[in-house]
Amino acid sequence: MADTPFIARGFHSRRAPATPGRLPPGQYETRDFPVLSAGPTPRTPLAKWDFTITGTDARSVRWSWDELRAFPRETPKVDIHCVTKWSKFDTTWEGISVDTLLNAARGGGVQDAPFVMAFSDGGYTTNLPLADLTDGKAWVVFGYDGAALPPEHGGPARLLVPHLYLWKSAKWVRGLRLMPNDQPGFWEQLGYHDRGDPWREQRYQGDA
Amino acid sequence: MATVVELHNETQRARTLVLDVPDWPGHRAGQHVDVRLVAEDGYQAQRSYSIASAPETAAVSLTVERLDDGEVSPYLCDALGVGDGLEVRGPIGGYFVWDFAQGGPLLLVAGGSGIVPLMAMLRHHAAADAGARAGVPVRLLYSARHLGDVIYRAELEQLAACPEIRTSFALTRDAPPDWNGYRRRIDRAMLEEVGWPVAEMPHAFVCGPTPLVESVANLLVELGHAPARVRTERFGPTGS
Repeated sequence: MADTPFIARGFHSRRAPATPGRLPPGQYETRDFPVLSAGPTPRTPLAKWDFTITGTDARSVRWSWDELRAFPRETPKVDIHCVTKWSKFDTTWEGISVDTLLNAARGGGVQDAPFVMAFSDGGYTTNLPLADLTDGKAWVVFGYDGAALPPEHGGPARLLVPHLYLWKSAKWVRGLRLMPNDQPGFWEQLGYHDRGDPWREQRYQGDA
Repeated sequence: MATVVELHNETQRARTLVLDVPDWPGHRAGQHVDVRLVAEDGYQAQRSYSIASAPETAAVSLTVERLDDGEVSPYLCDALGVGDGLEVRGPIGGYFVWDFAQGGPLLLVAGGSGIVPLMAMLRHHAAADAGARAGVPVRLLYSARHLGDVIYRAELEQLAACPEIRTSFALTRDAPPDWNGYRRRIDRAMLEEVGWPVAEMPHAFVCGPTPLVESVANLLVELGHAPARVRTERFGPTGS
């Protein structure tokens, strides 16, 4: 958007202001939970579901649905921000910290690499620096608001990376592929920003 | 900075803004723009709106549905006047798009104002020469609450006169006594009646409120259509 804002004549806020500092620029608060996805909702039976972390040498670890859920669980309560402008405060989730999964993967011989491609049922992908998935910043979640994560919101399991725009929180996630170099995922190939930090309003390619 | 050059009321709740956008780089049918409104006190609000016009048309048209509890759409539908400036950014989105070169057949399924990006596809289709159009047949299924909510009704009736375009309508709340379209929500039987056989491998574009899109996309996959050929765009709250 332009540096000098154009004043829309006669336009005024109709909303109660959000808590200062809580809403990233250009966002509005919603109490709903809108759904956005590019295609039909994939449905994989849990008996066939697994989660894989693959290293750059193709070495990988794989967990079944029950094995993944056996890791120590966390219940993050976070604000989420969608690039389509809505933000939702105090969402509660249940899942496994990506730190926990990466530690287990290291135990299985998977070595760290600086970038990650998350991949999902239905072919969706999104790329992240490893540093955006570690140190308590990201989870693989299977519960939302005290219940199983609904399919339209990414169930049985989705990535949750709340400090980035929500397209980075890949729905229907099935694994992480470590990469030596950054590569664009699905939306990142279609004009969206490579990193997607809502506080810097990194919506589209060309944003700072 | 865009300038409003024309305004058209499409229905009681939907208005088309025709914009002159200097340096517009061109768009693909199905893409959207971001509109930003900044108040005098610095407050700002941004929303996305689908482009209704064909890539072949110089002016960029948006059709905006007024949401009574909204804050941007009432301004665009009620306050904005011809000659006013409007801050738009775009075009945005590269997946829910259809270029004539992608071919067909096309299945377009709209709910409510979800018709807008599909209208850009229909207008893009109409801009091709007759010989090319004949090779890309289109079927549109458009669901609205009332007949008065159907956006672009006259233009859609004109398009339906083309042999390669078939339009079907479903009215979900009430319909005139002489209505010969559907009088129910889109369901599996309707999609089988008006959609394409799986063997035709249509490109399906589904746009509307989430419950409609979720239902139609799931039904198309159940009917045997490849998920990768079903592209969706959703808006509005889910209630879930």
